[in-house]
Formats: sequence, structure tokens, C-alpha cells
Amino acid sequence: MSGVEQVRFTEQRLSEINAVVKKYPAARSALLPVLHMAQKDFGYLSMEVQQLVADTLNLRLMMVREVVTFYTMFREQPTGKYLMEVCTNAGCMLNGANELVEHITKTLGIKVGGTTPDGMFTVTEVECAGACGGAPVVQINNEYHEKVDAAYMDAFITKVNASAEGDQA
Amino acid sequence: MISSDPKQVKAICFDRVHLEGQTGLEIARKNGAYKFLPTVLKDFDGEKIIDEVKKSGLRGRGGAGFPTGLKWSFVPRNTGRPTYLLCNADEGEPGTFKDRDIMRFDPHLLIEGMLMAGFALGVKDAYIYIRGEFLHEAQVLDAAIEEAYAANLLGENILGTDFSMNLTVHRGAGAYICGEETALIESLEGRPGRPRFKPPFPAVEGFYRCPTVVNNVETLATIPAILEFGGEWHAAIGVPNNTGMKIFSVSGHVNKPGNYEVPMGTSLKTLIEEYCGGLQHGTLPKVIIPGGSSTPWLTAEHYDTPLTYDAMMKAGSMLGSGAIIVMDETADVIALTRRLAHFYAHESCGQCTPCREGTGWLERVMNRVEAGQGCEDDLCVLSDAATHMAGRTICALADGAAAPILSLLKHFPDEVRARLMEKAA
Repeated sequence: MSGVEQVRFTEQRLSEINAVVKKYPAARSALLPVLHMAQKDFGYLSMEVQQLVADTLNLRLMMVREVVTFYTMFREQPTGKYLMEVCTNAGCMLNGANELVEHITKTLGIKVGGTTPDGMFTVTEVECAGACGGAPVVQINNEYHEKVDAAYMDAFITKVNASAEGDQA
Repeated sequence: MISSDPKQVKAICFDRVHLEGQTGLEIARKNGAYKFLPTVLKDFDGEKIIDEVKKSGLRGRGGAGFPTGLKWSFVPRNTGRPTYLLCNADEGEPGTFKDRDIMRFDPHLLIEGMLMAGFALGVKDAYIYIRGEFLHEAQVLDAAIEEAYAANLLGENILGTDFSMNLTVHRGAGAYICGEETALIESLEGRPGRPRFKPPFPAVEGFYRCPTVVNNVETLATIPAILEFGGEWHAAIGVPNNTGMKIFSVSGHVNKPGNYEVPMGTSLKTLIEEYCGGLQHGTLPKVIIPGGSSTPWLTAEHYDTPLTYDAMMKAGSMLGSGAIIVMDETADVIALTRRLAHFYAHESCGQCTPCREGTGWLERVMNRVEAGQGCEDDLCVLSDAATHMAGRTICALADGAAAPILSLLKHFPDEVRARLMEKAA
């Protein structure tokens, strides 16, 4: 393993994990919360991170794998800095979600599921976000944006790109 | 404030949601939160609470409409094992978005409801299983719970009584099936959300094989008002066997989509025209899905149906969670059915063959029908597959997947055939 930096949780994170485990009758119940934490810390759940979670909770790797692959919010691949998840289920579809996806992917020059070459944006379609009154709904890094239209997304993308250029200058 | 006169009640769950700063304990308390809790802890016992809830006629607001008091009475007493209370806040049924508003605007109402339910059932540890996407709502709940602990409303010896209860928010991670109560329990145990075979029902063997009650957010949020004003007060709202207020999440082709809490028995037409500003186009709906995407479709002939469990069943559908998806004359019902077929294929947990294979078939066939590449035989395949899935699996996901397909074939066979003809032309 030389040359590969070993992944580990910070001391603070470990104490948070201990506190979470205590809230349940068995440590296995803490698996979803700890995977959320791990994904926040490491960006995505690589095999090394999944092994780390298994070791931390004293579970077999298989128990972690079957959960990571079952739940759509757990990602085994990195995404762009801004993960845009467009709901295209019933309520959003009836209010222009498909057209919105087409607009965003065309603007960014990527396909659904793809990431821009600069690593800034990833666009995916997701199932019902539970906010159909605000359709169409786009979650950007887990924050809900409701009644979104093409102009709104254009403004968001322009703003992100402008600040990225500002950082480089 | 909620009126003690049942005829004057305007809201139960949404009574405080519009108040500024309501998520904070101090303001919530000024507006009545936890006001009646000390009386319940002092003067009520489990039997009396369950009795009031039974008298109230409250039926589970998550979709099934099972009487809440009856569900609670199934929990065995003195088993020597802990009893758990789980709040189902997974809210994943396409069209449903009501619980989110209770949690983000009035978290203390849910906490208070859970305290009263927990007290009635002898619960020491309770959990709110919230869908993973609701990060903001989970944070609002966490903050409210922290305040409640600090004010001795949660934890040991609540308000100086013998009653102690812990409450934990647990985030899911994007799986529709976890809204099914036994899948929710599996998920809370750190496993994939695969529904369990029943019986045993969770009331007897649930979370870690202990007696467990799973209730929807809206159901639990109704408990404080029922105990304060009495079961009979609640039973006088709405219509017999379908009592109380109900939140309807209206989406799709209406001018003012949103959540509306109205008395049970209000008509579909009244809700859409008087509350939701009517349809976006035309005067009559093409399709109304009354209880979330898994419920059979209604058409304009049922526009006057009262919003009750019983009337919806009589009309051939279900009230479900009260998620009303409205489509006006502009809707492409084939495209919508194809989209829902994709949803169910994606969300099938895969353990029952009829569902795992059937949802895949429905999606593939709908893909080609929508693309104008279908043939007459496809209609038989759709109908056969949908008919043979429903009722042949551990949980109801397969029935939900069949509902849009069978509805499409029932109400719009000509539209589907016309799409097939496009290829021939």
C-alpha cells in the first residue's frame, strides 16, 4: 500500500461516530449515518472508504457493500463540485423537467450522468424529490431549488463559472 | 389557535406553520406547543390515550388509512422487551410532499405528537426515519430536538415525571421502498430496505424483533390536538369513518400547486378549483391520480368525488397519502406512464420475482410504445404483466407499478393505439 495515503476519519469524526452508535440498540444501525458522514468527508465512497466504514463499525465489508449499492444517494464515483439532480418524476415532468434537463445538458455540453471537463458540474436525473408543489425541482449539492426554469439554471451556472474564473485570476 | 368547536376548525397540522420563527422552541411554546403535554403525562395513561385516539376515528395518513388507535392496541404489553416508536418520514411516493412542511415549519408539533404516542405505548427510544434528500428538514428537526432535550421535554424524567424518552433523527439514503414500514425497519437496522414477510406485523415483531409502532408524520402531528380537545371533537370534523382534517399535496397542471389542509369529505373539484386556482388549461381534468402515483387514475367523471378513503375506494381508486397529481387536456398520458414505469423498475428492491422482472418488462414495453415502436401485442403484454404482478409479492410496490399501466389501458386505449399507428403510418 506504499504510495497510497491511507484513508481515516479525524478524531472529531470518530467521537461523533461513537455518539451516533450509542443511539441505537446495535452498531449496525449506525451504518447509514456513518456512510453519510464518510461521503461528506471523502466526497464519494471508494472501496477504501467502504473498508474504513466496515472496520469502524466492526462489520464485514459485504454488509457495507450491499447497503452502498442499494441506496442511490451513496456514490462510488466522484462527481463535479456542483451535483445537479433534476427530478423528472410525475409532478416535475408535467411542469417541464425534461425540457429543463435538455437545456442544462446542452448548455454544459454533457450527457445526463456526465461531468464537465473542468470538474465543476455533474447532472443527473433523480426520482421524486418530495417537493412536487415546487415543480420542477433541482437539488444542487443536496439543497432544494424549486420552480426552476432555464433562466434560473443559466444564472446559477454563469455565477459559478464567474467565481471560478475569479479564483484563478 | 385550533378552535375547540369542530365546526370552526381551519387546520390541525398546519395551525402554526405560517408563524414566523415557529421552528424555535420559545416561539412554538408561546403559540401552544407542549401546552397540553403536562396534563397528558399527569392525568392520562396508555389506555386512556389509545381510547381517545380510537374514538377520534383517526386513520393513518401515510397511505393505508389503517385506524391509528387500533394499530396501537395491537402492541403487546409487558413482554420484557422494549417497545419502539418509529416515525415514517420517508415521503417518497411521487406526488407527496406534505410531511416535509410539517417538519420544516413546525418540528415541535411532531416531537410533541411522538412524546404523547411514546408515553401511551411505553416507549423509551423513538426514531424519525426521514428520507435522505430532506437534509434541511433533518437539520431543523435536530435543532428542535436539541432544544427539547435542554428544556427537559426529551430525555430522562420528562417534566419531572417518571416518563423518559429519547428521540433520534435517522436519514435514509434514497430508496422509495423504505417508506414501506418493514423495509423502513430493515433500513434502520443498517440493511438494504427489503420488506419483510408479514405476519408477524411490526407491532409484535419489528425493530430488532421487538414490538414496534410505525406511524406517518401527519398521523403523529394530529395526536396533540386529539388529546387536548378529545376524540369526539376530532370525530365531529369531516364525515363518519373519514374523520378529521387532511393535508392534500396537489401538483401537476394546477395554477396554485401546494399543500392544503381541508376537512375530509371536501370534493376533489372544490379543492382544485377553490384552493388550487383551477387547471392550467381547459375546465375539466384529463386524469386525476388521487393518492400518489401508485393509486388508480380517475377521470373527469369522478371530479365531484369527496376526498375520503371510502368514496375514493368506491370510485375505483384510493385516497392514499393525499397526493393529488392533476393532468389537464395537454398531458401526454403515455409519456407519464412510461416515466412511472421507469420509476417502479428503478425502485423495485428485487427480492420478489414478479416485481423485479415485471417492473422491468413494463418499462421496456412502455419505452417502445412511447417511441411509436410498439405493436398491438404489446398491449396484451402490458396488461398480462401488470395483472400478474399485483398481489403476488411481499409488499405493495408491484401493485403500485401495475396501477398506472392498467389505468392507461383502461381509460386511454385509443390514445395508445393511435401511438402504435404512428409507426405504421
